[in-house]
Amino acid sequence: MIRVVDVKKSFGDTEVLKGITTDFEPGKCNLIIGLSGAGKSVLLKMLVGLFKPTSGSILYDDHKFSEMNDAEIKDLRKQVGMLFQGSALFDSMTVEENILFPLEMFTRNTPAENKDRVNNVLERVNLQGSNQKYPSEVSGGMQKRVGIARAIVLDPKYLFCDEPNSGLDPKTSIVIDELIQSITYDNNITTVINTHDMNSVMEIGDNINLLSQGKLVWKGNKSEVLNTDNELLENFIFASPFLGRLRDAAMANGRASMERAMGGE
Amino acid sequence: MLKNFAFHFGRYLELLGDAFSRPERVSVYWRETLRQMDDIGIGSLIIVGIIAIFMGAVAAVQFAYQLSGQLVPNYYIGYIVRDLAIIESAPTITCLVLAGKVGSNMASEIGGMRQKEHIDAMEIMGVNTAAFLIQPKIIAALFMIPLLVAIAAAVAIAGGYLAVVLPGTIPSAAYIKGLQTFFVPYNVFIMFVKAFIFAFLLTSVSCYKGYYVTGGSVELGAASTQAVVVSDILILLADFFIAILLTGD
Repeated sequence: MIRVVDVKKSFGDTEVLKGITTDFEPGKCNLIIGLSGAGKSVLLKMLVGLFKPTSGSILYDDHKFSEMNDAEIKDLRKQVGMLFQGSALFDSMTVEENILFPLEMFTRNTPAENKDRVNNVLERVNLQGSNQKYPSEVSGGMQKRVGIARAIVLDPKYLFCDEPNSGLDPKTSIVIDELIQSITYDNNITTVINTHDMNSVMEIGDNINLLSQGKLVWKGNKSEVLNTDNELLENFIFASPFLGRLRDAAMANGRASMERAMGGE
Repeated sequence: MLKNFAFHFGRYLELLGDAFSRPERVSVYWRETLRQMDDIGIGSLIIVGIIAIFMGAVAAVQFAYQLSGQLVPNYYIGYIVRDLAIIESAPTITCLVLAGKVGSNMASEIGGMRQKEHIDAMEIMGVNTAAFLIQPKIIAALFMIPLLVAIAAAVAIAGGYLAVVLPGTIPSAAYIKGLQTFFVPYNVFIMFVKAFIFAFLLTSVSCYKGYYVTGGSVELGAASTQAVVVSDILILLADFFIAILLTGD
């Protein structure tokens, strides 16, 4: 469990996060959603330690991140995997070398064991046989899957995904969402996903946190999204005129049909 | 300006402190060091060779011109070209050129990794990025640049030979006699001291400039240019102080 307690973050005179308190639960896809500039990326970067909060605390299983010594932070980092928006794969390395990197750096496995592990995670993300390709030789969706493979190769306890669907077509986005969801459930990982993709919200949102102007304005799951009267959430979810019309049409046929269509329970 | 200098100097020292922390896995660092040795050494051999040969050739031709019609014996050309190459032109000019080639490459490589979130990715994995990205480059440079400088000195002397002996300006025996005259082994020591210090300066400054890049491609280009400019200035300053320290009375 990751607990965020009254976290604030300022850059100069600009306060980007204005006191966020929330929990990210294990075995669930925890989503941080919101419009651009809401503070999602800043919150995610603070969770992984790339930014320090101006005030407030971030607790990993009740251990305050800010009070951890170097050795504890190093241990924690080995339990963290992250998928970046642009995948952040090392261009000069092959797919296999990218995934091997954390293994060679942090384990004392034999080369054969490492190779087996690489093949296992590549199989997990359906990229068998892509070992010797370079990142530039694979599609955006495949790069994301390599990024996921690298993020899970050390069996992390926490998985962070920054805009995992950014730049992908809707079909590939669903594949990536389903992959992240199944990895989360199978390995009981605390997954935190920063997204503004509505499909992700409605498909894998077990614990959704809506940020607006640096504040947490709504929290719930994908079923609760449809029953909310929170105006900010409605504006966010149905920002697209098409979705708005779809909602209105479904509403005309009764709320239950709309909930079925939108994946509610 | 002083505040700005103090800020950068303090941050540079802090980065160097991090860069020389204990590696997480020696074998991974060693492999990276070998890759850098290949990049810096083999990758720079041709450009260093070309510059060195002309460096020696021009020095020889110009000294031949200046000494013609004077009472100074012509074998002095070999002697002057040799000492000029060893004491000054090989270490200084080679390192100024390497600041442009190797230094800007390092700043761009690290800066590009910063912009593409590669450095963030490594940090989240728990890698000491300063150590992993900078330490192998500096160690590789400290081995390879003195070697390149020694090769440059030899090639410059050969360039001088070709430039004045082939056209018949002076006989081959005179040039070789000059090379063997007044040889002071201490000068070779000065050459290697300069090469080590210049190598350290150009790699550490370039890595520093790349490591703290922010913004986009314009800033990356600016960082790469600054890496070369600052390295060149520091090399020239260091050259002056080494000359005073090692050759002054």
